[in-house]
Amino acid sequence: MAGTAVRGRLTWQTVAVAALRPETSSVRTIALDVPGWDGHQAGQHLDIRLTADDGYMAERSYSIASAPGEPVEITVERLDDGEVSPYLTEELRVGDKIEIRGPIGGYFVWDGADMTPVLLVAGGSGVVPFRSMLRHRARTGSAAPFRLLYSARSLPDVIYRTELDMPGAGADIVYTLTRQQPPGWAGHSGRVDAELLQEVAWPGDRQPLAYVCGPTAFVEIVAAGLVSLGYPPDRVKTERYGGAGAT
Amino acid sequence: MTDMLYGPDASVLDGNAIGGLLREIFGMEMTTAEATCATCGSTGQVAETVVYLSALGAVMRCRTCTSILAVVVSRHEMNCVDLSGLAGLQAP
Repeated sequence: MAGTAVRGRLTWQTVAVAALRPETSSVRTIALDVPGWDGHQAGQHLDIRLTADDGYMAERSYSIASAPGEPVEITVERLDDGEVSPYLTEELRVGDKIEIRGPIGGYFVWDGADMTPVLLVAGGSGVVPFRSMLRHRARTGSAAPFRLLYSARSLPDVIYRTELDMPGAGADIVYTLTRQQPPGWAGHSGRVDAELLQEVAWPGDRQPLAYVCGPTAFVEIVAAGLVSLGYPPDRVKTERYGGAGAT
Repeated sequence: MTDMLYGPDASVLDGNAIGGLLREIFGMEMTTAEATCATCGSTGQVAETVVYLSALGAVMRCRTCTSILAVVVSRHEMNCVDLSGLAGLQAP
């Protein structure tokens, strides 16, 4: 945990929105100006708290999208019946203030310390913490082989597509599109299943480390699939998020 | 899966989702703490437990036997914490 303050109580902090960047028609990245941010690890998240005029408070957790050492960014997907995400994706403006606390988490993190092959499996906006890990890998010059299997509804729903087109040497990205494929699509189609995992995942004898992030049902299927391929359960790290299950 | 005990809006997540809440309560990173179920005796990291989140608070259940490990009810920045389903909680 070197370099990250883990102990000590977390306090809510009011911060300003520094920039907004659309990623897809329903997803945007929010850059925050956080004075005194003492750094985060790739894969950590932060909590956001919104307070309504009547005092009602709603809290949500969002993965940090930027690499350690970069300004804090989160990426938020709009859930149509959501309480918080429609505000963050549609109403929030540069200069607005929101309350955050973080960084949070010590389990779903990649510290870049070893050369173990890493398999990342993302469902929908579950790709967000993996952007942080991929950027951290590039920034630190890590030679750990990385492979991202990313399940999205369609190509226009792929978040960070331009960036993921250039993942850097030793990292590769495999897409599967579940609902709609463009004409001539040569990639995978349909949901992640045992067959696709078998094809894409690093062989178990290379002692890979796997991270799976997405809606709960997606994570259960993928984690069970990796264990059945011979991955030890303690080498399969999982993070589940609620919402529409948009994979 | 929807567990009616917590209402149809409760999200089924995992212990990562309450990392902030637990740090508020314990003053330290707890998602990597080792939780031991008082019912079946299985152990695992807090991050791997099943967590139901709603506006009322959080319920943590054992991934092996589904027994309740912990309940946190939050109101006005106060937390009521019931850890009676845990036989142990070993900080990282």
